[in-house]
Amino acid sequence: MPLREIFHGYGSVIAMIKLNQVHKRYPGGYQALKNVTLEIAEGEMVFLTGHSGAGKSTLLKLIAAIERPNLGSVLVNHQNVGVLKPRALPYLRRNLGIIFQDHKLLFDRSVFDNVMLPLQICGFDYRESHKRARAALDKVGLLRREKSQPIALSGGEQQRLCIARAIVNRPSILLADEPTGNLDTEYAHEIMDIFKSFHQVGVTLLISTHDESVLKNDDARVLALKHGELQT
Amino acid sequence: MRHAFDQNVGVLRRMFASKLSGVFNILVIGIALSLPAGMYVLLQNAQGLVDQFSGTPQISLFMSRDAKAADVDALRKQLEQQPEIERVQFVPRAQALEQLKKSSGLSDVIGGLSQNPLPDAFIVYPRPNQAEALDRLRTELAKLPKVEQAQLDSAWAYKLEALLKFGRMLVLILASLLSLALVAITFNTIRLQILTQREEIEVSKLIGATNAFIRRPFLYFGAIQGLLGGITAWLIISVSLMLLNHQLVGLAELYASQFALHPLSLGDSLTLLFFSMYLGWLGAWLSVARHLSQIEPR
Repeated sequence: MPLREIFHGYGSVIAMIKLNQVHKRYPGGYQALKNVTLEIAEGEMVFLTGHSGAGKSTLLKLIAAIERPNLGSVLVNHQNVGVLKPRALPYLRRNLGIIFQDHKLLFDRSVFDNVMLPLQICGFDYRESHKRARAALDKVGLLRREKSQPIALSGGEQQRLCIARAIVNRPSILLADEPTGNLDTEYAHEIMDIFKSFHQVGVTLLISTHDESVLKNDDARVLALKHGELQT
Repeated sequence: MRHAFDQNVGVLRRMFASKLSGVFNILVIGIALSLPAGMYVLLQNAQGLVDQFSGTPQISLFMSRDAKAADVDALRKQLEQQPEIERVQFVPRAQALEQLKKSSGLSDVIGGLSQNPLPDAFIVYPRPNQAEALDRLRTELAKLPKVEQAQLDSAWAYKLEALLKFGRMLVLILASLLSLALVAITFNTIRLQILTQREEIEVSKLIGATNAFIRRPFLYFGAIQGLLGGITAWLIISVSLMLLNHQLVGLAELYASQFALHPLSLGDSLTLLFFSMYLGWLGAWLSVARHLSQIEPR
């Protein structure tokens, strides 16, 4: 990696996420992102809005290196994730908490075991991981449901379980793809309150949503995507 | 280490959850392995017999029934002059009859004979030599006067030895083929396991699991399945030998013999178990290498 790229991130504040003239075109020819440049500082909470198909999910996937850009660079914590070797990917993702639009919960095990999975992957010891899993479930208000099966949870609870799993190994960056997508307003505000509490302890958050109502009371920065382009 | 153990136990418990198909898999592996291993045991036993006899090749010279004591002395002198012969032992016909009574278990039958049907005999101990040389010596000795018949006692042992060589090759081919089958069975089982756990693999990759972490429980599963198959094969062989020996005891008693089939030795047993475990691991490894890379999160 050239030196210029390594030091690219150092501005006035430390940029946690930095996209530079990123283009993403899918194999079918669909252009999901066009010339996107943005910067998110450490500890910042940013909303990503836009109609469905505007490229919100694609942008999040580029940051998590689930997809790679065709052009431009994606820097996460000063690391160009677009050119990461496959064997380096797990270590990038351990520093990210990802909340998926479709939850991606595992229905063959209890709520508690779902939250344990990231800790087992990272190799935490038994006692510590149990403590952390309880703390994460407590944080999202699911501690009393720890022995339940995920299928028995309501939509809002499943979403909160997904959040608990994303934060349990205390990542410095949290990516959330439509976290309030299918929830009614009350649940949505609950979820947003949880995110705000992470923001207060210094976690960098990037939350995509097509639901403008959850933004109203916030002073957080909003990035708007339209047909794959960032609106200014 | 506790967490790793915990994780693997959890995954393995889920993998072994489908008990019936798992049992059948292990049974198939066990039977497949027990065929060559069982044949090997029988060959080992036959080899033991061959070693017992072919270790001291002898030529029996049966004299004609009308041979007198003088003929016996003359023949003894002639034999002792032969450079290929180490020593000779004379067996008078009376002694031969006694021996036959003792060893064959046919004393009742022999006791009923009115006269001794056996001839005088020499047992010739040649110097250690090749099978062909022994054969030539036998032909020479047969031409001596008053010799009715010369018989190479270990001839059948040599023939059996050749047969055993054939058998060993057969076992080798069978073992190779069935080992391949074991690898294929494990390959397929693991492929199905990977398919059913596709979601978990995908999520684990998204959360930051390394390939080694995802691979590990599948490799353990393959190795454990192979090992259980090996244990099954061992049990099949041991029980079969026990049953066979049970029958052999009766048979051996009839012939007043102590013959019994020896079971797998400790070393061979361990080799069988280790080998089956390794093959299971190999099948899992091939399967994981082939199928895991196809699962990428989207």
